[in-house]
Amino acid sequence: MSESLQQMWDYLQSDGAWSGRNGLPALTWAHIQISVASMLIAALVAIPPAVVLGHVRRGALAAVSVVNIGRAIPSFAIMALLLPFSLRYGFGLGFWPTVVALVLLAIPPIFTNTYTGVRDVPADAVEAARGMGMSAGETIRKVEVPVAVPLILTGLRVSAVQVVATATLGALVAYRNLGTPIVTGFTSPDKGPMLAGALAVALLALVTDALFVLAGRVLVPWRAPAGRTADATVTAEEAAPVAVAG
Amino acid sequence: MSSGAAPLLAVDEPLVRWDWVRDHTDDFVDLFWEHVSLTVAAVGIGFAISMVLALVAVRWRWTYEPLAGFCGVLYAIPSLALFGVLITIPAFGLGFRSALVALVSYTLLILLRNIVAGLDGVPPEVREAADGMGYEPWRRVLRVDLPLATPAIVAGLRIATVTTVGLVTVTALIGEGGFGDLINDGLSRDFPTPIVVGAVLSVALAVAFDVLFVVFERLLTPWARAGGPRRGDRGAGDALADARARTAHDEKWTALGRSKAAEGLL
Repeated sequence: MSESLQQMWDYLQSDGAWSGRNGLPALTWAHIQISVASMLIAALVAIPPAVVLGHVRRGALAAVSVVNIGRAIPSFAIMALLLPFSLRYGFGLGFWPTVVALVLLAIPPIFTNTYTGVRDVPADAVEAARGMGMSAGETIRKVEVPVAVPLILTGLRVSAVQVVATATLGALVAYRNLGTPIVTGFTSPDKGPMLAGALAVALLALVTDALFVLAGRVLVPWRAPAGRTADATVTAEEAAPVAVAG
Repeated sequence: MSSGAAPLLAVDEPLVRWDWVRDHTDDFVDLFWEHVSLTVAAVGIGFAISMVLALVAVRWRWTYEPLAGFCGVLYAIPSLALFGVLITIPAFGLGFRSALVALVSYTLLILLRNIVAGLDGVPPEVREAADGMGYEPWRRVLRVDLPLATPAIVAGLRIATVTTVGLVTVTALIGEGGFGDLINDGLSRDFPTPIVVGAVLSVALAVAFDVLFVVFERLLTPWARAGGPRRGDRGAGDALADARARTAHDEKWTALGRSKAAEGLL
């Protein structure tokens, strides 16, 4: 371990660590790009149907199935499976197989939390909206979605942390990112780049988590901020068991 | 890894070569046991640790947030990164021990939360009744609280197990991966058949574990079936809905969740 730490220290002081396409900045940037792209696609795919299903308060079975299937499918297998097809149909190495796997990974938490959030908007709030003469669309936009924002954010947060973490596996299908030095390091005697990459990606995951906590404070100022760090994660995972158990 | 320019998959290469599958059935059995033992060991150890943490968290409430926070940090660390760090530690090295430590660390958050949620979902009047009957605190936890928390705990075990089955495929990279070995093998040889087989078997194993837990829960909570076939499921779901509401710091939702949990559990 101490030898590996020394190697990491040496690596961090070398020029190679900070410049070029194998440098930490380039790898981090690639990691962020693929994570953001995957999250945007996943949010566009998952949120609208979840809002509609939550509004009509139907589709619990869909929520259950999406989560269960999503959890059981290994991302690694999806990337590995898609790689040959991506090449055959001209999508190239790495990027697209990884994005597809990450989108599939990100959809379940976003979908379930959005669905649960909209569905569990207190009935009296919805009735009040209806009593004020709001149409279905207005009720969704002005009442149900705003009330569901904390849960929607939680879903995004859980997904984002998983996406950042799992994007690392993209290195296995030749998408160059922070996973690349880790994978190379498994077999290389020089553990320096591997440890640096591992720490960088762990840090990136934690920063992502923190960014969503911040976003939550800004977007949902009426929520008590105390203890959000531990609790918001609780919320997300627990929305899922609701579905799993049903 | 793959050689960039050349097409990896010949156009006529089928997704699954059945003769290869037939020839390797014996290997699948070995990989099955490797996958199962790694999963069971990780979830078993994770469960033991989480149970202790949960009992501490319920007894000394202020410890819950730091404990959950710590497990949350562990959970956020990418598996590859954790493997990368663990294999540089001589005591763990490349293989089983590193894989196990990483897998256990990922089960903690899920299990801790669900056990605590289950224990919190026990209706206060039930606790008071037990206290009134003269149960000592720890005996009450064992005989009353934990049995009533079973649905939520089993829900946690299901999630932890299914997640672990998927993660085991990744531990193939450090030489211990059950069906993940097939995926890794196919990837390194640009040969889709083992990838497909590894993925399908891994998903099938996750589903099998899930079904086993459902059966197990039915056996453990015979009272849940008394009022109708779906009550046990509702209990688990609502106890967790309760926890979700509780942690949202919103009194109204909490009350709602609690009454639902009580309805499902009793």
